[in-house]
Amino acid sequence: MPEPISRNTVAKVARLARLDLTEAEVDRMTDQLAGMLEHFRDVDALDLSNVQPLNQPIPLTNVLRDDVEQPSLDRDEVLGNAPAAQDGRFRVPPIIGFEE
Amino acid sequence: MTRRTVVDIATQVAAGSLSASTVLEENLAAIAAREHEIHAFNLVTADKARERAAQIDADVKAGKKVGRLAGVTIALKDNLCTRGVETTCSSKILAGWKPPYDATVVRRLADEGAVVVGKTNLDEFAMGSSTENSAFGPTRNPLDTSRVPGGSSGGSAAAVAAGFSAASFGSDTGGSIRQPAALCGLVGVKPTYGMVSRQGLVAFGSSLDQIGPFTTTVADAALLMEVIAGHDPLDSTSLPQPAPQLVNVLARGVKGLRIGRVADMPEGSSPDVLARLDAAFDALRAAGATVVDVKLPSMSFGLTAYYLVAPAEASSNLARFDGVRYGLRVDAKDLNAMYGATRAAGFGDEVKRRIMLGTYALSAGYYDAYYGKALKVRRLIADDFAKAYEQCDAILTPTSPTVAFKFGDKTSNPLTMYLCDVFTIPTNLAGHAAMSVPFGTGDAGLPVGVQVLAPALGEATMFQVAAELERSS
Repeated sequence: MPEPISRNTVAKVARLARLDLTEAEVDRMTDQLAGMLEHFRDVDALDLSNVQPLNQPIPLTNVLRDDVEQPSLDRDEVLGNAPAAQDGRFRVPPIIGFEE
Repeated sequence: MTRRTVVDIATQVAAGSLSASTVLEENLAAIAAREHEIHAFNLVTADKARERAAQIDADVKAGKKVGRLAGVTIALKDNLCTRGVETTCSSKILAGWKPPYDATVVRRLADEGAVVVGKTNLDEFAMGSSTENSAFGPTRNPLDTSRVPGGSSGGSAAAVAAGFSAASFGSDTGGSIRQPAALCGLVGVKPTYGMVSRQGLVAFGSSLDQIGPFTTTVADAALLMEVIAGHDPLDSTSLPQPAPQLVNVLARGVKGLRIGRVADMPEGSSPDVLARLDAAFDALRAAGATVVDVKLPSMSFGLTAYYLVAPAEASSNLARFDGVRYGLRVDAKDLNAMYGATRAAGFGDEVKRRIMLGTYALSAGYYDAYYGKALKVRRLIADDFAKAYEQCDAILTPTSPTVAFKFGDKTSNPLTMYLCDVFTIPTNLAGHAAMSVPFGTGDAGLPVGVQVLAPALGEATMFQVAAELERSS
């Protein structure tokens, strides 16, 4: 298992997860995640070298439907739920140009 | 108020000897009397329900064929999509969202004549074991309002326990149907992974989630399972087979069945719960089953595997809540700042903690050490079950290590709350079937649930055992 999780790592993970955590939240999260990860070391007792990972309990492969046209969701109903919409599209703030 | 079962309501409404409106008004009266202290619901849809019940009564009067659940009142966990009806997942980030479609399960229930009375409270995004993590406040256990109803489907369990609806539906990712069922004295079913469509269930852990019913009887659960199960082309993990026949196995008994007792069961269950488990084995033995010792050595590692796999999947699933297409948006100068601010304001503490844990477990440099290892442990658990099921047809364990606990008892340290799920989690990791059946009472006169585990697609055997436990309790 790697080193205990650091405050810097927690702050970096928060950025990856697009979560603006407060300084106090980063502190608390560092303690709590460190505690959990420490607890998770119990699996170090297991020999997993020859074990295949299990991703899906009951694997089905290549589930495709027939390529037949079907009605999709009503556009107005979908956009009616959006915080901002314009001209039949979702409206978002500027994507580039404001990096600090 | 007399408790009406799903089977009684459906039979009598279809026969014209009971009106759907009468059933509904009984439930609405119970809601008016006690909902203010229980808080089972995020939303009660009384008007829609009255229209629906009136329509069913009109159909019966006109001699039209009605469905298998005519007039059966149901409550839906508020992470099941209902077209045009607010679906919040008990999160501020989804407040106000009205889904543009119904979940497959919701559609199948409506097609058979069920009447939806409302959307029930849950731990935010189904993350928790007590319904204390809801952004809209906790749900109280109707049997003792100083105690939690369990979680995450606590509102659905409380709704049935309080007589607000004949049945309800929840989702179970690590025990979120079975544990609240146990704590509220109900039957709760976690079907085999892929047996019930997840389409329209807001995803938490996609390889673990299943939808299932809460009922007061095993027969009610069997009927509801027959309605909601079966292949759905809208869910690519839906198993390509029809719903199982369960109603007709209930009277079969357990003669000749081999029931597994876990010899190396994780410790920490309270004596009152273990006494009821022993009594359940005695009852099945008396009914003609044999009890055999089995070993599940990896079971105690289930918690670790689950609390890496589920947050990892959740961190990915919850990426969609970004302030663009639905729910909350906190305005900011650019897109990235808007994402960060929206998610910080919209998610509660437990959801943030799991997103962080999951993102970390999946991030470069840590993937093999955490997520990769967890998937290997998941394999060991599935292999253990496979070996155990060579010797037995079903396994009994406690559902929850204790009866319903008091508010605040487990909120200070997340790990103590996670331990509530030690017996329920392994089934989700393996993708097997499991259900909780009430079997007498323990400390403080509160109900104890016994968990019946069966292999994948072992629902018929599981219901046979559950029906026998119900007869003996």
